[in-house]
Amino acid sequence: MKQVMEPNQLQLNEQGQLKHFLTLDGLDKKLLTEILDTADSFIEVGARSIKKVPLLRGKTVVNLFFEASTRTRSTFELAAKRLSADVLNLNISTSATSKGESLSDTLQNLEAMASDMFVVRHSSSGAPHFIAESVTPNVSIINAGDGRHAHPTQAMLDMLTIRQHKGGFEGLSVAIVGDILHSRVARSQIRALKTLDVSEVRVIAPNTLLPVDIESLGATIFSTMKEGLDNVDVVIMLRLQRERMEGALLPSEHEFYELYGLTTEKLKYAKPDAIVMHPGPINRGVEIESAVADGPQSVILNQVTNGIAVRMAVMSMAMSGHVAGRDKLGEL
Amino acid sequence: MNIEIKSGRIIDPANGVDEVQSLYVADGKVVGLGSAPEGYKAENTIDASGCIVSPGFIDLCTYLREPGYEYKGTVASETRAAVKGGFTAVCCPPETLPVNDTEAVTNLILDLAKRAGFAKVYPIGALTKGLKGRQLSELYSLKQAGCVAAGNGDHPTASLSVMKRCFEYAKTHEVSVFVRPEEVSLAADGCVHEGAVGTRLGLNGIPALAETVAVSQLILLAEETGVHLHLSHLTTARSVQLVAEAKRSGLRVTADVAIQHLILTEEAVSGFDSRFHCRPPLRTHADRVALIKGLDDEVIDAVCSQHQPHEAAAKQAPFADSDPGISSIEVVLPLLLGLVRTSELSLATLVKALSVGAAGVLEVAGGSLAVGSVADICVFDPDKMWRVTSESMISAGKNTPWGEHEVQGLVKHTLVDGRIVYA
Repeated sequence: MKQVMEPNQLQLNEQGQLKHFLTLDGLDKKLLTEILDTADSFIEVGARSIKKVPLLRGKTVVNLFFEASTRTRSTFELAAKRLSADVLNLNISTSATSKGESLSDTLQNLEAMASDMFVVRHSSSGAPHFIAESVTPNVSIINAGDGRHAHPTQAMLDMLTIRQHKGGFEGLSVAIVGDILHSRVARSQIRALKTLDVSEVRVIAPNTLLPVDIESLGATIFSTMKEGLDNVDVVIMLRLQRERMEGALLPSEHEFYELYGLTTEKLKYAKPDAIVMHPGPINRGVEIESAVADGPQSVILNQVTNGIAVRMAVMSMAMSGHVAGRDKLGEL
Repeated sequence: MNIEIKSGRIIDPANGVDEVQSLYVADGKVVGLGSAPEGYKAENTIDASGCIVSPGFIDLCTYLREPGYEYKGTVASETRAAVKGGFTAVCCPPETLPVNDTEAVTNLILDLAKRAGFAKVYPIGALTKGLKGRQLSELYSLKQAGCVAAGNGDHPTASLSVMKRCFEYAKTHEVSVFVRPEEVSLAADGCVHEGAVGTRLGLNGIPALAETVAVSQLILLAEETGVHLHLSHLTTARSVQLVAEAKRSGLRVTADVAIQHLILTEEAVSGFDSRFHCRPPLRTHADRVALIKGLDDEVIDAVCSQHQPHEAAAKQAPFADSDPGISSIEVVLPLLLGLVRTSELSLATLVKALSVGAAGVLEVAGGSLAVGSVADICVFDPDKMWRVTSESMISAGKNTPWGEHEVQGLVKHTLVDGRIVYA
C-alpha cells in the first residue's frame, strides 16, 4: 500500500549515473569510488596556474543557501567557477521567505531564469528532495546540507581525505566524536564509511547527543573516549554548537571538554598513525585542543582542499548524468 | 420512502446478525429484516446481492474545515465525500475559524450540514476558549446547541490543572471529553516517529513516550474526576495496554485509532514524501500489530478517518514544513477490507469498529440494523476494484498517499434516515 520515492529513483538516471546528489543512501561502492577517483583527477587542476576546465561552460549554477554558510558556499562557488560555470549566489534566508513567498514560488522564479543546477542548503531535512521533485527535469540538485539529514559532499571529501592518508578503507576503524544527534555530517559519514566497507564505525557521545536507533545505521556506540578511541585509525571530531549548552543536553563546555574534547592525551588511545579530522569550523578548547588541531596527525586543512575537488567531481558528474551525451567528462 | 434492500449479506454486529437477507426501510427506520411488515410496499428496491449491508459508518474525527478554511474543504464537500465512503455521520473537531467554542458556530455548522443533506454532523465543541488551553468554554451551552463532546483538538492545555478543571466541569454536565494524548514538551518540534527512520532522515522525532505519558496522566485524571474520557488516535502498543488496564478497572475510558496507523508504518516516510506526514506520526510495525489487536480485543472502540483535507500548497514544502494530515474518508473502507483479506482483521470487527463502536463512544443512535433502528445504512461491494484518483475523489482535499492506487471495496449505496444520499 506504500508509495515511496526511493532516493535512487530520484537521484540516478536510467544508466545509473548521478543526476541529482541528495544523499548517500542507496548509492553503491562503485559510484562512491567513481566520485573519489574523479575528485582525484580534479586535485591536479587546483595545482595548475590556470585552474579552470570547461566542463560546465555556459551552464548556470545557483547557490541557493537558505541557511547561512561561508565555507561550504565558497568552496561550491570555487568548484563551479573552476568548471567554468556562471555562478549566482542567493542567500534566501533573509530575502524571499521573510516576505512570505513560499519555497515553491522561489523555485519557480529561479527556474524561469533558466538555471542548470541548484546547490541547496536548507535547515529542513529533505528540502533538496522536495526541490528535486518539484523543479523541471532540466535542473540538477546538489545537496549542500539539509537539516540534520545529510551533507553528502562533506562526507565524500572526508572519504577522499581518508583514502589519501590510509590508502583505502578496508580494515579501518573510524570513530566519530561529539554531537551526533544534530549532525548531518555524521549521518552521511556513517553511510559513506559503511558503503566503502571500513571494518568499524564508532560513535562516541553522551546519550543526550545520540539519535535513537543510531545502531541501525551500522554504528557502534561508546560513551567514553578511552574505550571508543582504542586502536582506531581515524578520529573525526564534530563541531559542538554553543547553544547546545543552554538546554538539558549538556551541563557545561567544561565537562564536555573534559570527557569528549580531543586532547593530546586522549589521542594516545588511538593508533599512533591515526589521523584527526574535523568538518570545521573548529571550536578550539570546546571539542578539540589547539595542539591537536594544528598537530602532525591533523588533516583538517587537507579536507578543505579536497572539498573543492569533490564538489567539482559531484557537480560535473551530476551535470553530465543530467545532460546525457553532452559535457561528458571525456571532453576534459 | 419505502426502500427494500434486497438479498444482501447483512452484517450487524450489535445484534449478532450475519446472514443473507432482505432489509426493509420505511419512514427513516428499519421496519423489517428477512420479512416485510404486513402491507409493506417497496417504492424503491436496491439489489444488494453480492454486497454487504451494514449499519452506516460513524466517524469520530472528520475535519470539515468550515467555517474558516473553505480553501481546504467545506461542510458540503466533505460530508458528500463522507457518504461516498459509507459514513452516515461524522464528528467534526472544533478547529475551525472562528473556533467552535460558541453556540453560534455550532449552529452554523449544523445548518450547513442540514442544508448539504449528506451525512449527519456531530460537532465537537472546544474544551477551552479559542482552544488556547486556559479558560473553560461554555460546555453546557455547547451541549445544548448540539455538540456531542468537547475536545481541544491538536492544542494542549496550559497545565494539568486546567485539564483537571475541564474534566470536572465536563463531568458536571455529562459532557464527554475527546483528547489526543500528546505531552507537548516531549513531542517538541517533532514530525515523525522517533526511531530508525527519523534518525536516518534527520527528521525530529516524536517519541512513543510523548503519547504514553499523556495517556497515563489522562487516565488518572479521568479516574479522579469520573469524566468520560475518549482518547483519540492512539498509535503505540504501550497505549493500548494502558487503556486495556483502565477499562478493566471499570473506568469510562474509550479510544479510537486513525486508519493510517492501522495500515502504514514509519517506513512510509523514508522518501520524505509529505503525503505521509501526519500527526500523531506513523509508528512501528509492532505498534501497528498491537493497534489491530486492540480493535479485536475491544480495547480500542472505533476506527476513525482523521480525515484532513488540504489545499495542494499545504503539502508542497519540505517534509517538516508541510501540513500534517491525510484526506482519507473515501478510502477507509477499502483499506480496512485489505486487512480483512490479509486475515489481520475480521469483517465483523471491521463493521463494529466503524459503526456500533463509534456510536457507543458518542452515545448516539446508530450502529444497529435491528427493527426500529434509524435507517442509516451502508451497502458495499467488498470485492469491487477501483482506482483512487484526484478525479474520483469527492473531497476537496486531494492529499492522499493512495492516489493512483487500485483498492478493493466500493460503497454502492448510502442511506441516511432512510434516504438514499449516495448511489
